[in-house]
Order: sequence, then structure tokens, then C-alpha cells
Amino acid sequence: MNSKRPVNLDLGKFHFPLPAITSILHRVSGIIMFVGVAFMLYGLDLSLSGEEGYGHVSELLSGFFAKLIIWGILSALLYHLVAGIRHLLMDMGIGEELESGLVAAKVTLAIAIILIVLAGVWVWAM
Amino acid sequence: MGNVSSVTNLGRSGVADWLMQRVSAYVLALYTVVLFVFIIANPGMSYDTWAGLFGQTWMRIVTLMALLSIGAHAWVGLWTVTTDYMKSALPRFLVQAACGLIMFVYMVWGIQILWGF
Repeated sequence: MNSKRPVNLDLGKFHFPLPAITSILHRVSGIIMFVGVAFMLYGLDLSLSGEEGYGHVSELLSGFFAKLIIWGILSALLYHLVAGIRHLLMDMGIGEELESGLVAAKVTLAIAIILIVLAGVWVWAM
Repeated sequence: MGNVSSVTNLGRSGVADWLMQRVSAYVLALYTVVLFVFIIANPGMSYDTWAGLFGQTWMRIVTLMALLSIGAHAWVGLWTVTTDYMKSALPRFLVQAACGLIMFVYMVWGIQILWGF
């Protein structure tokens, strides 16, 4: 191999392009939801067990940590949904080029952030 | 490494996995949006409304379909992630097996919830 190849191992100069970040977040949010399903099933089980269980879920949801967990799962879900719709659009050939891909990544992040903030307001207003 | 055949992916071929990923994605997106709309349209929902919804046979079937979609979707996704980041076969297989076991538990638990109340 040519030993005179330019080498740049200054990690501070490397940065992921935005579409790579949206892709990694898609994976992370998917893994969070895989774990989150346990919480959702627990909540569904309890909420359907009767009036008492349903009331217990409402009570749980008034607590700070439960709200945090629900908001976390909702955030992962909303991000994954928005980024997933982007993938479905890409299947149709929309947003596949370098430039449109960057725009699509920005739009994905923007919509997801808006929805996540709204979900936070909703969860804390419950 | 296009020619390396794999025995742990769901559909035995990338195209089959891709298709299952998409079909389950559409199911889950629809289910999520419809359930969201129902919950948001019923603020301060009573137990009767909630249990009434999940007591409908079609809702039980659609929810089971969503759960099966989660299984297929998560398997393809977790398989992709584990094969990307875990290069050593045995730990990767063990993690995949654990994910499969969790998926199975979710499925049985979900059926018990849906048809057990």
C-alpha cells in the first residue's frame, strides 16, 4: 500500500452527516421500543384487569417517573414513526438523492422534535 | 459479503426480510395512528370505554396483528443491528436468541391479555 496516502485520524474533525444521525436514531429508538413493549403490555394488562386496575394505571401515570418512562417510549415511537415514513417515501423514490436526502433528514428531525414536545406537553397535562 | 447465506434472518432472503419489514411497518403505523386518535378523542376516558374498545373481537384481532407485526418488524430490525455491530458469531447468536425469547414472551403475554379479560 502507498505509505504516502493522506491520513486523518483527528477524530475531532470527523462528523456524521445528518442522514447518518437520523439513521442511527432510528435504530436506537427501535431498540428503546423493543424494551418499551414490556411497559406497554404491563400497562395494558393492568388497565384491562378491571375498574381498580384502570384506576391504578391512571394513578401511576400521575407520578413523575411513570410520566418520564411514557414520554421516553412515546418519543422513541414518534421518532421511529416519522423516520419510518421517510423510509417508505424513499421506497417510492422520494428523497433519495444527496441533496433531497439531506432535506428529508432535516424535515424528519424537525417534525419528530415538534411531535415529541407535543407528546411531553400531553403526558404532563394528563 | 453478498453471497454469505444466513440462517438467522427471518425470511431467508434480504428481499423477503425487506418486504416483511415494510408490511409490518404499514400495519404498525396505521394501528399507532388510529389508537392515538382514539385516546386523544376521548379525554378523561372511562374504564368502560377502554375495556369496551378492547372487548371488541375486531380490536382483539387487529391488536394481535399489530403484536405479530412487532415480532416480525423487531426481528428484522434487531437482526440487522446485531449483524452490523456484533462480529463474533456466538455472542451475536446468544443476543439474537434472547431477543427471540423476549418476542415470544411478548406474544404469549399479549394473547393472554387480549383474550383473558
